[in-house]
Amino acid sequence: MVRMASFATFGKWFGCGLLVATAALVSRPAGGLPPQTSSSEERFTLPGDIGKPGGRLVVALRAEPKTLNPLTSADAPSREVILGAMQADLIHINRATQLTESALAKSWQVSMDGLQYTLTLRRGLRFSDGQPVDADDILFTFRVYLDENVHATQRDQLIVGGKPIAVRKVDAQTVIFQLAKTYGAGERLFDGVAILPRHLLEKTYAEGKLSQAWSLATPENQWAGLGPFRLKEYVSGQKLVLERNPYYWKQDVKGNRLPYVDELAFLFVPSADAQVLRFQSGETDLISRLGAENFSVLSRQPRGFTMSDVGPGLEYNFLFFNLNEPWEKTSPDLTRKMKWFREVKFRQAISAAIDRDAIVRLVYQGRGAALWGPVTPGNLRWANATIPHPARSLEKARALLKEAGFTWTAGSNGDSALLDSDAKAVEFSILTSSSNADRTKMATLIQDDLKQLGIRVQVVPIEFRSLIDRVTQTKEYDACVLGLVSFDADPTPDLNVWLSRGGTHLWNPSQPHPATAWEAEIDNLMQEQLVAPKYEQRKKAFDRVQHILAENQPMIFLSSPDILAGAKNSIGNFHPAVLEPYVLWNVEQLYFKDAGENARR
Amino acid sequence: MIHLRGWKRWLIVLIALHGTIACAGFLAPYDPAEQDRERPYSPPMRIHLVDSQQRFHLRPFFYAQRLRPGSFDQFEESIDQRIPLHFFVTGARYHLLGFAPSRIHLFGAEGSRIYLLGSDGYGRDQFSRILYGGQISLLAGLFGAALTMFLGVLIGAAAGYYGGWRDALLMRVAELFVALPWLYLLFALRAFLPLAVSPVQAFFLITLVIGAVGWARPARLVRGVVLSARERDFVRAARGFGATDGYLLRRHILPETASVILTQAAILVPQFVLAEMTLSFLGLGVPEPVPSWGNLLASLQQYSVLVSYWWMYIPALAIVPFFLGYLGFASALQQDLGTEKIETASGESRW
Repeated sequence: MVRMASFATFGKWFGCGLLVATAALVSRPAGGLPPQTSSSEERFTLPGDIGKPGGRLVVALRAEPKTLNPLTSADAPSREVILGAMQADLIHINRATQLTESALAKSWQVSMDGLQYTLTLRRGLRFSDGQPVDADDILFTFRVYLDENVHATQRDQLIVGGKPIAVRKVDAQTVIFQLAKTYGAGERLFDGVAILPRHLLEKTYAEGKLSQAWSLATPENQWAGLGPFRLKEYVSGQKLVLERNPYYWKQDVKGNRLPYVDELAFLFVPSADAQVLRFQSGETDLISRLGAENFSVLSRQPRGFTMSDVGPGLEYNFLFFNLNEPWEKTSPDLTRKMKWFREVKFRQAISAAIDRDAIVRLVYQGRGAALWGPVTPGNLRWANATIPHPARSLEKARALLKEAGFTWTAGSNGDSALLDSDAKAVEFSILTSSSNADRTKMATLIQDDLKQLGIRVQVVPIEFRSLIDRVTQTKEYDACVLGLVSFDADPTPDLNVWLSRGGTHLWNPSQPHPATAWEAEIDNLMQEQLVAPKYEQRKKAFDRVQHILAENQPMIFLSSPDILAGAKNSIGNFHPAVLEPYVLWNVEQLYFKDAGENARR
Repeated sequence: MIHLRGWKRWLIVLIALHGTIACAGFLAPYDPAEQDRERPYSPPMRIHLVDSQQRFHLRPFFYAQRLRPGSFDQFEESIDQRIPLHFFVTGARYHLLGFAPSRIHLFGAEGSRIYLLGSDGYGRDQFSRILYGGQISLLAGLFGAALTMFLGVLIGAAAGYYGGWRDALLMRVAELFVALPWLYLLFALRAFLPLAVSPVQAFFLITLVIGAVGWARPARLVRGVVLSARERDFVRAARGFGATDGYLLRRHILPETASVILTQAAILVPQFVLAEMTLSFLGLGVPEPVPSWGNLLASLQQYSVLVSYWWMYIPALAIVPFFLGYLGFASALQQDLGTEKIETASGESRW
């Protein structure tokens, strides 16, 4: 049985504008076109406009990448550069179709029991330094990824059913991967696992220095990859320049080897506003991760560039309450509040009182979608269409609060205050990240929404790191507005959020045993979708998870922003996707339409 | 025309300015926190007397605003919807001067909200927010200045009168206070405070901080005056008659410093208002949705607001008449009271 699908990995990061980029590279589904190779090379043919070679593509990065080592990269800029432009994986998730497609592996077969994956490599693959690739490089790659001493960031994803994936070489072109347990998301596992050159790194690995290898200052000849670009120049604090990889394994339908552009330069531009200015002045060719307000500034006077709204991405923003068990150090004040938070009707009432349409309109200027579940409209295959989308209703909220034993007093000047069953006023604070203006704005809107229920809310913007520390470590907070971005449309990368033992199970993280019956049911369902071999079975399980979440409201889902991007009019094949990296996922196909434009640069 | 001495004229100007802010509830048409979610970033509306058909109306009116098709933040006047302005209308509840409950507002309209100075990102009326915000900012400035002057006089008089090692010690402490990087210490201080600070707590905190930081300069000025005053003949004479330290200070020395103190206070108030604005701008001031001049300006930190909505700059202008009023008052005082010792300490600010 051969299945064409795949699956990606990575944990996920908290939002806060700190979006971590993922593996990227590939592009369109492998159409029916046979590779037109003259020699023994089996290149991957991409459909799309035929471009002109040459030119230098300039993009901005929010910060300097910390490393060029795919094993240890954890920060967003590093991942964007490494997995977006410098490295390649065996099986890749196409950012446009959200399905898997062949990459370095030309084809793969899954055994009947779903435990064995046999991958066949493309013939004639070469690293960017001209050295050929064979099965030994694959074995080496997985050995180091799985080595505990290397501390690879993706190691956890390569451990299926409690056991590391076993890798076996059949011949120079064929490798067998043995899983301990069936894994529903299948081949998506291989996305983002960059294949490393054994000839350059084996010695470093033997010396135990692999995690420190490949810093930004690495000389060009000490570095090699399989991505469309290779290292050329690094200027500390300013830019990282990559040049075309002459051995790249993709071609266009006419047989021209990709990528089209000669150079790809990343400028380090620290703030979003500064990136807008650079793009406006023509210094950079592409822009992504735009906020709606900056997007409309750029759209108002487009000078030689086109702005594009791709629709909602995978980011979901939500409000959640502190549902941890009170422990001995919890203040009496927080213990009292936790009693309200644990009351499901209280959470449902808050959800009913929030004006999600106003959030979309005022925070995203209408460029976003209201949410009632974690799966955004940008996710093509996993949304549960039966989740109700109730409109805002203060009457319903009041009725729910009344049922839960809350009452109201008439205040001195006509406003009424909500009281709990002990006649204490209901007040709480909402934490937001001070670096994310959008979420602070959401919290301020919620503050006003809840004022109408007689609840006094304080919005507390604090620094992102200390916010995460409060939510996951000290657990001293009332409520919090956060956002999460999935790297992949599949539910599996979100396991840590939904499993009650998960560290990102934000409302009550790392539980030894599920605290509630519905959390236990979610645990079972997530496990079920993990091992179910068929998409339909997995979808059914995850639909039920979405349903339980909507009913119990551990997270009150708010909104998802559109993916907004822009490019100079002269750039061809610009097709931003809702998956990261939004605009560079098909960087090898981007080209300059006007040769004169290149000459001027 | 009544002939008033210079500083009295300035005093009347200041009273008028503060009166306007004190009556914010009456002058502002809306509650400062009330959101109009249909009209975020609405530009200032024009008040007309002549309509689009060139007809004159005795009652001023404005046109309702509607979104340009396909736009989020571009409004235009819809000339088919003429909304007359009404005066002394009943609206949101407020307490005049902080105690007299009322619902009467100077002006208002039915059918649409009137935005004299535009609306912010939540559709809140800028005009109302500037008036209410002034209450916070000015009170912080006044309380801060009062606290500073109190500390300054106390410490300055002690240092100047007793002299010796006490003088040296106090003046070294004053120098230390001038030298410390206050803004960064404030950020550190904020980290130790409880997470959620109510607007009232935040207000007192910020006033306390502003007031406690600025005492060094007035203390040194007062010390100088006291130092020379205690050697004056009449003070020596009083001491010869056996007057106590407290009596001498109270009766003979401190009155000498009155003009210095008054002038200093007049210079400090606008500076402290500015300090409050700086702290609020950086998010250390009163929290949302309570307005202050500083947090009204905080949205200007975003480039998109900076280039798209010019009326968001208006709160920055609110401080200008106050600044001019106080500085005019200070220099008139200085002239009229004929003091020479006062340094003109304006223009310099640590914030």
